[in-house]
Amino acid sequence: MSDYIIRAKGIKKYFGGVKALDGVDLEIKKGEVHCLAGENGCGKSTIINVISGFYTPDGGELEIDGVSYPKMTPQQSIAAGIQVIYQDLSVFPNLTVMENLALNMELASGKKFVSKKRFREIAKEAVAKINFEIDLDEKVENLSVADKQLIAISRALLNNAKLIIMDEPTTAITKKEVRALFNVIRDLQKQNIAILFVSHKLDEVFEIAERFTIFRNGKNTGAGDASELTQEKFTYYMTGREIKETPFIYEEKPGAKKVLELKNLNLKNGFKNVNLSLGEGEILGITGLLGSGRTELVQALFGYHKADSGEIYIRGKKVQINSVKDGIKNGIGYVPPERIVEGVFLPQSIKQNISIEKWDEWAGPLGIMNEKKIEEVVNDWVKKLRIKLHSIEDPMNTLSGGNQQKCVLAKWLILDLNVLILNGPTVGVDIGAKFDIYELVKSLAANGLSVIIISDDIPEILSNCNRVVVMRRGEIVKEGLTKDMDEASLAEFAVAD
Amino acid sequence: MNNKTKKILHSSEFYVGIIIILFCMLIQVRSGQFFTGNNLVDIIRSFTIPVMFCVGELMVLISGGVDCSFPAIASLSMFVVCKYLEDVTTNPLLFFVVAALIGLAFGVLNGVIIGKYRFPALIVTLGTSSICWGVMQGVFQSREYPLCATLLAVGKAKLFTATNAETGLSSDLPMITIFMVLLLLLGWFILNKTMLGRGIYAIGGDIIAAKRAGFNVFGTTVFIYAFSGMMAGIIGVFRACMLQAVHPNNLEGLEMTAIAACVLGGVSITGGKGTVLQACLGMALLTVVSNSLILLGISTHWQNVVTGLIIIAGTAATAIQNQKNAKKLAVKLTES
Amino acid sequence: MNKILNKDKNLTRILAVFLVCFVLFSITQGKSFLSVSSFQSMGKLFPEFGLLAIGMALALITGGIDLSVVYIANLCSITAALTIKAMTPEGDAGIGAILAGVLVAIIVGMICGSLNGLLISAVGIPAMLATLGTQSLFNGIGVVASKGSSVTGSKPLSFFISKKVAGIPMAAIIFVICAAVMIFIVDKTTLGQKIKMMGTNMKASAFSGFNNVKLSVINYMMIGILSAVAGIIMLGRYSSAKADNGVSYTMQAIMIAVMGGIDPAGGKGNIQGVCVAVLIIQMVSTWLSMYQNISDFYKQIIWGALLLIVLLLNYYINKREVAKAAKK
Repeated sequence: MSDYIIRAKGIKKYFGGVKALDGVDLEIKKGEVHCLAGENGCGKSTIINVISGFYTPDGGELEIDGVSYPKMTPQQSIAAGIQVIYQDLSVFPNLTVMENLALNMELASGKKFVSKKRFREIAKEAVAKINFEIDLDEKVENLSVADKQLIAISRALLNNAKLIIMDEPTTAITKKEVRALFNVIRDLQKQNIAILFVSHKLDEVFEIAERFTIFRNGKNTGAGDASELTQEKFTYYMTGREIKETPFIYEEKPGAKKVLELKNLNLKNGFKNVNLSLGEGEILGITGLLGSGRTELVQALFGYHKADSGEIYIRGKKVQINSVKDGIKNGIGYVPPERIVEGVFLPQSIKQNISIEKWDEWAGPLGIMNEKKIEEVVNDWVKKLRIKLHSIEDPMNTLSGGNQQKCVLAKWLILDLNVLILNGPTVGVDIGAKFDIYELVKSLAANGLSVIIISDDIPEILSNCNRVVVMRRGEIVKEGLTKDMDEASLAEFAVAD
Repeated sequence: MNNKTKKILHSSEFYVGIIIILFCMLIQVRSGQFFTGNNLVDIIRSFTIPVMFCVGELMVLISGGVDCSFPAIASLSMFVVCKYLEDVTTNPLLFFVVAALIGLAFGVLNGVIIGKYRFPALIVTLGTSSICWGVMQGVFQSREYPLCATLLAVGKAKLFTATNAETGLSSDLPMITIFMVLLLLLGWFILNKTMLGRGIYAIGGDIIAAKRAGFNVFGTTVFIYAFSGMMAGIIGVFRACMLQAVHPNNLEGLEMTAIAACVLGGVSITGGKGTVLQACLGMALLTVVSNSLILLGISTHWQNVVTGLIIIAGTAATAIQNQKNAKKLAVKLTES
Repeated sequence: MNKILNKDKNLTRILAVFLVCFVLFSITQGKSFLSVSSFQSMGKLFPEFGLLAIGMALALITGGIDLSVVYIANLCSITAALTIKAMTPEGDAGIGAILAGVLVAIIVGMICGSLNGLLISAVGIPAMLATLGTQSLFNGIGVVASKGSSVTGSKPLSFFISKKVAGIPMAAIIFVICAAVMIFIVDKTTLGQKIKMMGTNMKASAFSGFNNVKLSVINYMMIGILSAVAGIIMLGRYSSAKADNGVSYTMQAIMIAVMGGIDPAGGKGNIQGVCVAVLIIQMVSTWLSMYQNISDFYKQIIWGALLLIVLLLNYYINKREVAKAAKK
């Protein structure tokens, strides 16, 4: 009997000419919470697929609970107690909670006919394992992401899991729900179930993990006790760069104009009595739970919604923002939180995505596109923002998340903006690109651009904003300078209901 | 009111049901002929064949696809069987078996291509549809054809006759109606009581999750289209029996009606949702409407206009409701 | 020219197919295929479905589809014929009546197309369902207007359509003009590019400040106009208009669009490829007609099979290219 649930040594996996894994080690003790971190393309997904039997390694040894598996299949992996919860959670939105919980098990035991009674029994057993209270007959599409995650976990536990692998579980849930998830993980630990937690958020690693392993470009770069980690070491292991973050220092210039002023802004089922002002070169952070109205507020400023009452002033002049076109005309840019669904046109070229807002302005008679100018300006911005690409004619989906986000920024920076709104700008972005974006935003502010950042990441807000506002139930409940706040109390305030 | 009642009142089945009832009453008021025995039998007669096609179409829609080829498959099977088997056998069962096999072959072709390559089902089935029409009209040189005695007998077999005392018109309720009921029950059983059925819903809900859960996605996909094709073959022969003649091009365009019927009943075009009851209600609505045109003395030239308007109205209602839900702001403001 | 071909691998591929077919058909049928009269007769036939194919391509590019194009065409030809008839109850129609008929047809096409666009973008009905409904509606209106039978066309119009300018049939010239305009709009203007972007991602389009409703309506209106022109050409060629003409053109239009490189999921492809595909299909059709024992019905088998083959070919070619790019 081994102390370790997983011992992977020297694992190699090649795809054509690409070395996805170039001899990596991963060791997870039984009942331990282990964090696996690394940027996109480092091999995290590949090693998970190897452990779960979907890929056969081209080299190295894999041992599960002391037993060696030279050519493991998915069924063997499940039988050995490995369960994977993918980032998309693999739940069926159109089916009930009960069915989602029971189907895997029923399929595995070769059942041909449906028995609602059996489904219910299996479902009840599953949720009992983590004391999860939920209406078994509810359709999953009506549930929150956090609930869907708990369903995925309960389902995983039905198979006598000894190791549960969670792929970036905290990306789509709020801070409060992260707390609840961590409690569940601690419960699982008590049942001697090990957890492999893929994440690149250092504060989470500290809170929940005991040991960590970090990959870069298919190789190990760091491993050990989580308590030994510092932000610099963490970043260095993941990116190979020593990234020094410069805190944002804002000096209130005498006589500086107020770029934006919101007076008594109201939107039914959105926000209430919002009074806010923003000066030139300020970076304002807005945080709060999901459902706090923060997104609705900035969307109303951008013109995606129309506020019911209240006034908006841009550089001292009262303006009417009734549509997105109005918002853009008044110099408001918006980088939406869900980049793939709201922010980019994936199959279209990088050139088109970046230049889109300037087409009409540069167009010739009959609306002819000014291809020359477009190419010139786009190439200029690609250089300025250090976007890594092969050609601007390539489609957006050939770029990494971080580079895509940079393109979205370029799209707005091309315009003469008064205010740039960034909603969750670094979600799904690698650490390297994250810091590039931070530096970029800070330098833009230093040159006079006003920025609003919405984020759940308290450290991100504290190091990049000079002022922060907390929203709760559509109203601003706290406002102050970031230099007067500390991380712990701000986090508590933001999470409180 | 409690949750369950609320759910029922908001369901599409309820809405469509109410609309059908209102329509029936309207026609009764204007023509006085709706709720007569013979008219009701006529309605069931014109409902029978299309709704049978809906069973296969329903399964395809739930899985996230669409089948435009079943009229072509049905017509081809029907023509080949009716023309070439009449001198070979007098056993009606043989006609249906051969037709089923022809339908099965094309259904499997659809299923394999869509299952393996995941091309848009609309386009693939339009392709196979074209091939089937071409084979029927080119290779087999289809034309209108008298029906053989064996099948005439199948078509004439009746459960009972309903006569309208006032007009003297009478209609027979054919035995084929029993097969319709059986097919509807079979569809309901597969979709609700088997893991295969759960698989169909799972594929329509999230195909990757379905694969990961262990469903045989390829096999299920092939089954769905194979079943639809096989049934199309059988129903094609039934159609000839009911018409008491072979009209090879008669079913053209029925695919659009079947899809419209399912969607009007509440089946989701994007997949994952739909029930046999919804398909039946949707088809009932379309049938009642076209039947009513005759009763109201409106020329059948208006048929397509009315059908088109109903489809537009029905899909618009769903779309507007969806849009409203998507745009709903949901921040719970504190009371002031 | 080289730059254009290099940029557009799809166009290169389809031009290659065109050349292969041309050579093959010339060899096998010699003088019958490779003659002026043969080309002239082809030139009279392809514009109808060619215009419908371009319309279908526009719909597919935006991630939608238009199942009603053929019925819009029929409705337009019916209303054109009725207008001409109404204005000249006796004798042959003059220029005025014909122009009026053409104008009415185009307006009807614009109205039908706009209705499609509104249903799809303002109401939010999925394109397939919306055009399924309008297909039935336009067909029905056509049936009512024509009282279920065919409406006779006008001789001068037919004469005009079959006229030849420098040996090229008028219908072909009309097609070239329309195709050139559409290629220009889609490739070179902000309107065309915006429509492409919107078709790829409606939400991102809204967040970029575009008016999705306006763009959709314009797009489907253009499809309606193309259908109207197709209808006028059909009226000229058949000398009659019927609500049910050319029902198989719908599937053919989709096939030609997909063959021409349009991705049914939206966002990819251009009109040039579709034009070449139109010519290929016409050549195949004419070549097959030259074999006496292959009836027209066999062509349906070939179109259906070709559609499936094109899908498969695109799939495997794409796979190879992705693998090649990964190796770089």
